[in-house]
Parts: sequence; structure tokens; C-alpha cells
Amino acid sequence: MRHTFAVLVENNPGVLSKVAGLFSRRGFNIESLVVSETEDPSASRMTIVVEGDARVLEQVGKQLNKQVDVIKVNDITNEETVSRQLSLIRVAADQNTRQEILQITEIFRCRVVDIGRKSLIVEATGDEAKIQAVIRSLKPFGILEMARTGQVAMLRGAK
Amino acid sequence: MKNGAQYIIDFLLKKNVEVVFGYPGGQILNFYEFLGRSALRHILARHEQGAAHAACGYARATGRPGVCVATSGPGATNLVTGIADACLDSIPLLAITGQVHLRDIGKDSFQEADITGIVTPVTKHSYLLENLEQLPSVLDEAWQVATTGRPGPVLIDVPKNFFLEEQEMRLTHQPLLTRKTKKPDQTEEMLPLIIAKIRKARQPLILAGGGLIAADACRQLAELVALTGIPVVNTLMGKGAYPEEQPQALGLVGMHGLAPANLALNDCDLLLCLGTRFSDRVTGNRRNFANQACIIHVDIDGAELRKNVDVQYTLQMDAAAFLDRLLREKDWRKNRGITTWQKRIRQWRQDYDLPRRFTGPLKPQEVIQEAARQAGSEVIVVADVGQHQMFTAQYYPVSRGRCFLTSGGLGAMGFGLPAAMGAAFGRPGETVLLFVGDGGFQMTSQELAVIREFNLPVKVLIINNGKLGMIRQWQDVIFERHFVASDLPDCPDFVKLAAAYDLPARRVTVREELADAVAFALAVEGPALVDFRVDPEELVLPFILPGGTPAEMLGRWRGETHLRGFSGK
Repeated sequence: MRHTFAVLVENNPGVLSKVAGLFSRRGFNIESLVVSETEDPSASRMTIVVEGDARVLEQVGKQLNKQVDVIKVNDITNEETVSRQLSLIRVAADQNTRQEILQITEIFRCRVVDIGRKSLIVEATGDEAKIQAVIRSLKPFGILEMARTGQVAMLRGAK
Repeated sequence: MKNGAQYIIDFLLKKNVEVVFGYPGGQILNFYEFLGRSALRHILARHEQGAAHAACGYARATGRPGVCVATSGPGATNLVTGIADACLDSIPLLAITGQVHLRDIGKDSFQEADITGIVTPVTKHSYLLENLEQLPSVLDEAWQVATTGRPGPVLIDVPKNFFLEEQEMRLTHQPLLTRKTKKPDQTEEMLPLIIAKIRKARQPLILAGGGLIAADACRQLAELVALTGIPVVNTLMGKGAYPEEQPQALGLVGMHGLAPANLALNDCDLLLCLGTRFSDRVTGNRRNFANQACIIHVDIDGAELRKNVDVQYTLQMDAAAFLDRLLREKDWRKNRGITTWQKRIRQWRQDYDLPRRFTGPLKPQEVIQEAARQAGSEVIVVADVGQHQMFTAQYYPVSRGRCFLTSGGLGAMGFGLPAAMGAAFGRPGETVLLFVGDGGFQMTSQELAVIREFNLPVKVLIINNGKLGMIRQWQDVIFERHFVASDLPDCPDFVKLAAAYDLPARRVTVREELADAVAFALAVEGPALVDFRVDPEELVLPFILPGGTPAEMLGRWRGETHLRGFSGK
């Protein structure tokens, strides 16, 4: 099972290594981890995607909660959320293929952010499924380089 | 205006800290400068590991946090074993370390070590002080973290410049813990269910863990057992939570647990687990653990619930509060259904008692038995780690909490002597009996100097078999007597070593000298040492091999040794 935890933590030095250390020490598998500032400068938000069975996931939540620097842990897997990742993909492109690639980027509402003589860089934003689809579509042209962020997520509606 | 050193010292005094255990060094000298002018008592250990274990022994014996102090780099790293020990046994400990000047951090300066990085996995929390304004909040919060919920160790790393910097200091923000969101309390809906289960059970059993002692819940447990007649088994850390001379006390469970205790665990239909965390040394094979039973697990640390063992009912709650709530229930006496169970247990106790009479060379068990006979339950018993520790858990009945101190979770050899010294500072006037092997004793024997210096009533009883006994036992049973690195040559002469530290000492080699030597150690005012030369062939039995079940228990009963597994019931 793959679960997404939204974790609010104190913006203290060392908090990232404490959380990362917790995962390695307890043998939990991190798929992705994003840390960033929030509207409150004294707190940071971590979005952690974890793979594991029900028992592991229960432990992940509880062990995170035990950390002094952790303010709040939310397992948002089964909640209505907006989740996004960002990818930069450098694709091989010559005069013959450039047009086709541009069409694909348009279909996926990606942007081309740089063009070189033999390649171009595509910026793709979306959830995991969309990013995967973009990568699949661009692969035949030759992906030369790729940089991806982890996933950030937020609950929909209410509040 | 106060400087950082003064603020820390005043804070500790305000928290009624009586004594800190430490060792000075370059980066913490400024702190010592002010410590020396304050009312706070400092005990100079002879090694930082000794300071950490002593603070731990103090905390275990008193229930109040132990405090240890060390310098940066090697001073700090030498504390680590003691801190890890406190972490696994949930002991409140505050470690304060000096660090290099803030501007020198990260430059691989002389005696620099990233101690907060090093201790992260073995502390409840750790702090590297980055500005002086934080100090009041950090201290306040560190104290709170160490002492509340499930207690544990906290380390504060203080760059040397902050000891001398002066500032008006006040709490700058609320301690962080208050920001944490709390989970809704489910106690009230769970309790009736749990109580009904306990009432209905025909073969109920209580598994008493160290959490009962941490929660000061021993009195309530005794009351509940008196009302219900439910038998009690204990973990190593839970030893003393329920008086062991009581008829319902079955003693230690687990790998070297007593046969009746393990058999009861195997056959019970309800297991009420209080303040325990299902260590592999308790459960053996986790899948077969108490598999006939409905298991109820009560612990203050929610992360322990369902961590190691699948249980039916869990309650995140302080053990004392839980027992108070049970005791408010009326009509406990009406459960007469368990008399058959009690009778069965009585039969087990007759059939599978520990050996009590010994022949041939002097045995480690009889040393402990004799010490228990003479010293009784009015002393603090400390056990180091190894065979003698298990023999002490089996043969020394303890009737109060905080009177049996041992490194349970970490199993740190060398814990014994400094922990005994810490306990003696925490409970002046009480005799401390230390059982220690010849291996563990040599790991921290330098602390004899402190015991001499303060004339502490620590009786060092060395169970000396000239071997690393537990290692040898595993090599004997599991590695088919292929003994590697488990021999200790007959050196040093512990009686002469005691003389070097100016301690009265004796050696015992035969049974006839045993009673006299124990009496001698107890009669001496202050410290004494006895070197008991015991049989190296002796195995700790019963023995459930790692991952085994009570049915596979090796043991010796009615004069016969069973090393192929427990066959009859």
C-alpha cells in the first residue's frame, strides 16, 4: 500500500534528519519526501509518501507523532486531496521530431521552458499519474535527463 | 543578568537536582567554573560512561531525572552507551555536553563531534543550542520531554561561548509540547469492554512491565491482585512491580523466565499487559506468543501498541490511572472461576521449581540465594549484564519497585558498578548489593574510586567464573561447545585490585565460606568486595532459544536436565 502523510513540523534545524533517520532506523520505505515552508514561518510541512502494509503504516504515523518536533500528522491517502509533482525533462529533439514533441506537451498542458539545438526541456506539473503519462509519451524520443520533485498535497474543500 | 552556565545551574537547582555526575574538559570548563561556586553537588566519575550510568542508576532508584555532564568530542561520545541504555529502559536522563565555540562548529575543530547527530536515534530528543535566548525554553522543554509520558533521555549540546555570554533571560515561547495535537481519549468506551473481558476470563494472567514502576502503580497492582487473585508474571524491567514473595507472583517470563511463568503465559486465556513493550526476550516467537489468550495492552506510549505483537485491545494510558479506574469497579471478588487455574499454577510451581540445593563446585545461583537470604528485601539490588543478571532475576525475590536495577533493553555490560554508585547517591543510607560478572566488572571498575571516595555502601559481589558466561552458554548450547573468545584469564586478582582502591575484600572458593563472606560484606560499613569463584559450566536455565516457544523450553527440574525441549506439563 502506498500512503501519503502530511506532517506539520517545527521549523527547527535537524528536524529533517531526525525524520529521515526515523524512517531508515525503523526500516520504513520512503517513496518521496518534500519539505517546505508554510504560511507560518515557525513551522514546515513535510509530505511523505510511504510504501508498506497496514501495520507498517500505523507505526509510521505513531512514530512520527512521537517526535518532539512533529506538531501534527495526517494520513491523507483516503481523503479528497489536491496533489502535485513537478518534473523537468530534457528530451532529444531535432527538426524532425520537435513538432511532434510540442504537440504532446500541448496535450498534457506542459510547458517547454528551454530549447537547444538537439534537445528541449519540458516542464510538467500534475499528479503521479499525469507525470507518468508524460514520461511514457516522451520516452520514444529519448529522455536525456530528468529532475523530479516529490509530491506535495493538500486537503480539498472545508476549512 | 546571568550567563548561560549560571542559568543552567540555577535551573537544575530550581528543579531540585541534588547531584550531577560528570567529567570536565576544555569546552565545558567555563560551566565547571560556575558549578564550583554553586550549591549544586558534582560527582566526578572516572569515565564519562560511568557518569551516564550513574545518572541512570540514580534515576532508576529515585524516579527523579538523573543528570550527567561531559565535555565535547570524546566526553560526549563516551556518554552514548549510558544514554542508549536510558532510552531503551525509559529512564529520565538529562545529558548536558559542552560543544566547541559556535563559530568553530563544522570545521572539524579539536574535540568536535556532532553529538546531537550521534544521539538522535537513542534519545527522546536532543538540542544543539544556537542562541542564548533559546536556553530557558530549551531547558524547560528538555526537562518536560525527559520526565513526562514515557520517560527517556534528552541531550542538550551547548557551544562553549554560551556559558560565558550574559543576557537577560526569560522563557521566549511556550514549550513545544503544548503545540502538539492530542488524540481523542478512547478510554471511556474501551474500559467497560476490557473489564468485562477480565471478569469473564477463566485463566487470566497479568504481565507486569517496567512501565508500572515508572508510573508508580505498584500499590494499585497489589490491590487489584488481592481483589481478583489473578496471577502475575513480570518482565526483567517489571521485577519488583509486584512483591515476588506473594503467592500470585510467578516471577520472570521470557527467554530465561521461570517455567511456571512461561507455562502460564502459554496457557492463559487472557493476558493483561501493563507498561511493557513485548521485547523479543519476552515473546520469543512473536506469532506464538500467548496465542490462546485475548491480549489487552495498556501503555503510555501509543507507538508501542501493536508494534511487536498483534493484540485485541489496546489502551494508551498511564498504568496507574488505568489500575485506579479498574479498582473503582465493584464486586471483583465474584470471579470464582479462576480457582482451577490457580490450582494448576500451584502444581507447576511444585513440579518445575528452580533448583534450590547445590552440590559440587560453588554455583552462581547459591551466591545470589544466600545474599537474598541474608540481605532480604530491604536493599537495592543491582545486576550487571550476563548470566549472573538472569540468576539474580530468578533467585533474588524483590518486593518493591525501584529496588532491582539492571540494563534491561540495551543489556550494557559495565552498567552495574556505576549504576550502583548512582543509586547509592540517590538513596543515602540504603545498602546497595551489586551482582556483577568478572567480564562486566572489568568494563567500568574504575568507578571503585568514587565508591571509596564517598564511602558508599555498595557491596560488590563478583560472580567470577573466569568466563564471559552468557557468551559461553550460547557457544555451549547453540554452537556445540565451540568456545571462542569467551575465556577470561585469571587476571587481575580482584582482591588485590580492591586493596589498591582501599576496599575491604575477600575471596570465596568453596561453599563453606559463602555465608560468612556475605555476612562480612553486609557487616562492613561502606563498600566491600567479594570475589566468588563459581562453576563456569553452569547454564542459566530455563532457556528458550531465540524465536522459540515455552514448549521448547530447556530446563532442569526435579534433578533432571532437559536440553532437548520441554516435554511434559
